Amino acid sequence: MKKNDRFDRGDSLPKIILIYAFLIVACICSVYPILNILTVSLRPANAIFTTSLSIIPPNATFDNFKQAFIQYDMLNWLLHSLIVSGSACAFSVVVSVTAGYAFSRFEFRGKKMGLSMILVTQMFPLTMTLLPLYLMIINLKMTNSYIALAIIYVSTSIPFNIWMMKGFYDTIPKSLEESAYVDGASVLRSFYQIILPLAKPAVALTALFSFMGAWSEYIVASVIINEAGKITLPVGLVSMEGQFNTAWGIYSAGALITALPVMILFICLSKYLVGGLTVGSVKG
Amino acid sequence: MDGTVKKIKKKKGYSSFGIGQSKMTPFFFLAPAVIVLTLVVAYPLIYEIIISFKNVTLLNLKSQKYPFIGIDNYKNILADSLFYSTLIRTILWTAINVFFHVAVGLFLAIVLNRKLPGKALIRVLLILPWAVPQYIAAMTWKGMYNVEYGSINLILTKLFGHAAAIPWLSVPNWTFVACIITNIWLGIPFMMMISLGGLTSIPEELYEAADLDGATGFQKFKSITLPLLKPILTPAIILGTVWTFNMVNVIYIITNGSASDESQILITMVFKRAFQYFRYGQSAALSVIIFLILLAFSTFFIRAQKSED
Repeated sequence: MKKNDRFDRGDSLPKIILIYAFLIVACICSVYPILNILTVSLRPANAIFTTSLSIIPPNATFDNFKQAFIQYDMLNWLLHSLIVSGSACAFSVVVSVTAGYAFSRFEFRGKKMGLSMILVTQMFPLTMTLLPLYLMIINLKMTNSYIALAIIYVSTSIPFNIWMMKGFYDTIPKSLEESAYVDGASVLRSFYQIILPLAKPAVALTALFSFMGAWSEYIVASVIINEAGKITLPVGLVSMEGQFNTAWGIYSAGALITALPVMILFICLSKYLVGGLTVGSVKG
Repeated sequence: MDGTVKKIKKKKGYSSFGIGQSKMTPFFFLAPAVIVLTLVVAYPLIYEIIISFKNVTLLNLKSQKYPFIGIDNYKNILADSLFYSTLIRTILWTAINVFFHVAVGLFLAIVLNRKLPGKALIRVLLILPWAVPQYIAAMTWKGMYNVEYGSINLILTKLFGHAAAIPWLSVPNWTFVACIITNIWLGIPFMMMISLGGLTSIPEELYEAADLDGATGFQKFKSITLPLLKPILTPAIILGTVWTFNMVNVIYIITNGSASDESQILITMVFKRAFQYFRYGQSAALSVIIFLILLAFSTFFIRAQKSED
């Protein structure tokens, strides 16, 4: 392949400039709202409402971050969310990793139907099943229960994850397991010791998506958890928005504390995103 | 013929799995997923369909005795003109959002799918909106839409003078536009990454061959890129449509619990009827209607795509 070292051949200088200009505008659009959270969180309490547009405000302060923990129950919210998201994530990974493997490797009756049924479950997301779930939870006397919340989150994340895992397993040649069987390995062992390590990128994405989904879900949490001492981060943060005045500075500090871990996790795993998202490349 | 040969081959592979593999193995692997999905998805769904034929309100919630009222819930909904105007708004909302998600996402992916110094950094910056929890994004954008102090109006007035300030949050139609902008911002990264994954799997030789034949950039896009991306984009578009159709977070938070009827979509209507008006039966019926609409859409979409091939 004859190629210029740094750019595609056939890209003229004006084209390259145009591409960069476009990408820079796109980056600004995508990052600006996030920077906006930072800006507001750094403003001192008496200067929340300004008409200044500078990213780092004059006399910036970390006071809002301190206040988030002093005035509000931020630490407990973080803890509650960590419990719910962590258990939802662990459970979801186990379930989708095994189910995806079954769909990729085994032949059984109703396989095709099962796969499309999973896609169909996406058609009545949370809000629709929320109502019966809510009635069910009242019946089981499980309101304000983290287990109930975590199980609901698992159910919302596994359909997508199963498809993603299946897509990834499909790219791993079957001959690997076949030779393991010849050597006398059991199905479980060859899955656990050979296939799972190879599927690491997809497993990482599964974990990321299920953690993120649980960490950032607001609607279900607000319906199921309503005891003041038990609320999770999303419910707590949105509750900061008062009827008449909102402590925007403290809220933004809280939002940043919430969003930052997920964003860092996301950036770390972003190299897997291109290869791992093979949801669609699956035939049948 | 080809199909049967394949089937026989598959069967052979299956029987050669040998040690440890029994008829029950797949079920052993599937059991956890099946249990969770039955308990938390299938059972509530059936329950939902049942209560959509019953009169369930806050008044008889405790007693657990819901009178059966046939299709009255459906009749009430379909007789309500609010349903139709909301349905049209929902379709508009979904169409605009998905169009921009796919168009901008695909365009960004094509631009990024070439040698460019600094590409990795740009890609990370572009997918950041995906990493921000939706409710935080919605709250932040809401702050940015503030008439006096929100940065959007500040930028607009700086650029175009004072008349350019837009009452984003007080006029329902502008609120709806605000929701659309927010949701477009949120959804582009997903489509971009899906398209990028698809683009990298298209072999370079195809483009080189097209170059030899003197194809223009647009011709290459139309006859190579699009057809080869189709198997990847089709499920992504279906998922994207369903997710957008059912997007509660953005609208619910930006419109203050969808207080005004003129900036809500069907799914927020369900939420509002159930958890603010406590008309559970009716909102269940509305959910079933939404489900049928989405099911019809995806079946139709998949059929249309298949018949094109």
